[in-house]
Amino acid sequence: MTARDDILGRLRRAAPPACEPPTLDALGVTFPDPLAQLAAAMATVGGACVRVADRAAAEAAIAALPQVAAARQIVSLAPGLGHALPGTLDLAAIDDPHALASLDVAILPGTLAVAENAAVWIDGRVLLHRAVFVITDHLVLVVHARDVVHHMHQAYDRIADRPRGYGLFISGPSKTADIEQVLVVGAQGARTCTLIVIEDAAPAR
Amino acid sequence: MAEGHPEAAARFVSDDARMHWHDQAVWWVRQKRDAASSTVPDWEALRAAASAIKRHTLSRLADYLEQFERNATALGAHVHWARDAAEHNAIVHGLLAARGVTKLVKSKSMLTEECKLNPYLEVRGIEVVDTDLGERIVQLAGEAPSHIVMPAIHHRKEEIGELFQIHLKTKPGAADPSYLTEAARHHLRDKFLAAGAGLTGVNFAIAETGGLVVCTNEGNADMGTSLPALHIACMGVEKLIPRERDLGVFLRLLARSATGQPVTAYSTHYQGPRAGGELHIVIVDNGRSAILGREALRGSLACIRCGACMNTCPVYRRSGGHSYRYTVPGPIGSILAPARDAAYASLPFASTLCGSCADVCPVRIDLHHQLLALRQDLARQKHVAWRKRLALRVAARVLAWPGLYRLAGWLARRVLPLVPRALLYVRWNAWGRQRELPVMPRDSFRAQLRRRRLT
Repeated sequence: MTARDDILGRLRRAAPPACEPPTLDALGVTFPDPLAQLAAAMATVGGACVRVADRAAAEAAIAALPQVAAARQIVSLAPGLGHALPGTLDLAAIDDPHALASLDVAILPGTLAVAENAAVWIDGRVLLHRAVFVITDHLVLVVHARDVVHHMHQAYDRIADRPRGYGLFISGPSKTADIEQVLVVGAQGARTCTLIVIEDAAPAR
Repeated sequence: MAEGHPEAAARFVSDDARMHWHDQAVWWVRQKRDAASSTVPDWEALRAAASAIKRHTLSRLADYLEQFERNATALGAHVHWARDAAEHNAIVHGLLAARGVTKLVKSKSMLTEECKLNPYLEVRGIEVVDTDLGERIVQLAGEAPSHIVMPAIHHRKEEIGELFQIHLKTKPGAADPSYLTEAARHHLRDKFLAAGAGLTGVNFAIAETGGLVVCTNEGNADMGTSLPALHIACMGVEKLIPRERDLGVFLRLLARSATGQPVTAYSTHYQGPRAGGELHIVIVDNGRSAILGREALRGSLACIRCGACMNTCPVYRRSGGHSYRYTVPGPIGSILAPARDAAYASLPFASTLCGSCADVCPVRIDLHHQLLALRQDLARQKHVAWRKRLALRVAARVLAWPGLYRLAGWLARRVLPLVPRALLYVRWNAWGRQRELPVMPRDSFRAQLRRRRLT
């Protein structure tokens, strides 16, 4: 008997009586001002939130970030944002993610942001190389205010119908408290995480 | 096993200052968990939902594993099955050897600790680097993790500084956590860039999609799976959940329960390999199906490894994770270890049965009830010392016979006060080793009650 059939057989013989899964409809907490809550949550996870009126203001806000001004290598995957910054790399021209080892800034579009915990969903299809969000020293995420949801249950509803593939929630910069419980930001991944929230009324993508 | 929890714990508590330091360090994490959970108004509804999802999943685990395998395979992943640690280790080594991989970076996986994968690979010529900072610290120290979320919580920063001075060439005497973490970042970057494969654990495997979710704060799992072309993900059978939207429940609970954060920094959803890469998923039983078959213990398979039960446990906090001598310490480890191997028979007794663990458990495992059930099983199987069994049998007899009980009370009140202290606190008085016997009252409770009723 294969290990597979053996394990499945043992689990079937040991299974307790069937019981139904719960409904999750009543779960989740909504906030009176989700954008303010998002900014507060971002601060608690060690990131920063910048609210801007429109795309032009977003471009200016990104250029004004000190980590962007000091950067030598920048990748932007956000449509129409950050591509004119000095030092911008064309990610499509890079075959091997190891070549990203000195990346200073990555500017990535978020599908949505969650007010509850500052988690921003990044769809893997935009990344070209998975390494880009974690190997970079600094991370700039961009979402539209209309894509801010209250809680994780809404977030999963919103991404439920995406094509199958890789994706992740990022909530703030990389961090650790493994040495005497002292929080250190910038463990292995991004040292900073700035979320740009564009509050214009442009139609949904 | 020659030594049980009491002996190992005795060594830990012999350094009183350090014991209190450890107690406070762990309690601080419990307080962060309290602060985080209290900001969530539907916290109890979340716990109830999480518990119900896990209960449902365990009732149909084989079906969900088959569904997971089907969907994961359709996404281009390869699924392997391992009955036990030996099969698991052989599968992982086979994957690495077939591709000529000699350098492996690992993110946190308690399963591979349980299977003792690292030494298995190392003797076969593969360099294994644990990349979670806490795990790297204990790996350099030649130790096992003492906590499942904070593997190096038992170390002071000065000790980590000394360790890094030897292995990472940090400055002598340096103990600043920021400085040491930065040194580890550079050290581990080199390891990530040189690795031929990345191995991760699995927080959740989703039957409906065939996807995996791995949660970290450092981003080490993401580094390890986005640079090398080969990703091996190792999971116990109990990691399954039915639907992707169930993650809304678990991700809201996990980090808040573990460290008091609203969510982990990275919650990565893998669905199939990356372009040009390979994803191999190893599904491991290693005793879990046997636990599923034991009604009193099967609830322990719902554990999502947040560590909240250890952070709150008065015994864990004061005895340290290593005194449990098992991959998973604390209350949950005290169930999982002896459920698998009677050599860990002392662990269910490393508890006051206060129930604090069950109160904080995000999936509402009735931990203290399970510990009690295990004690009963172990006592029946004579895995409890004969002196303790004898004492309890005598106690049961005395409590069952009113006349005997009264006689014992009379003897205690009249005779004990007359016995010299040196004779009373002899070696076989286990109670008196750390405690004072109570001062004996002049009269029994019955006598006092009768007197008050008459006056």
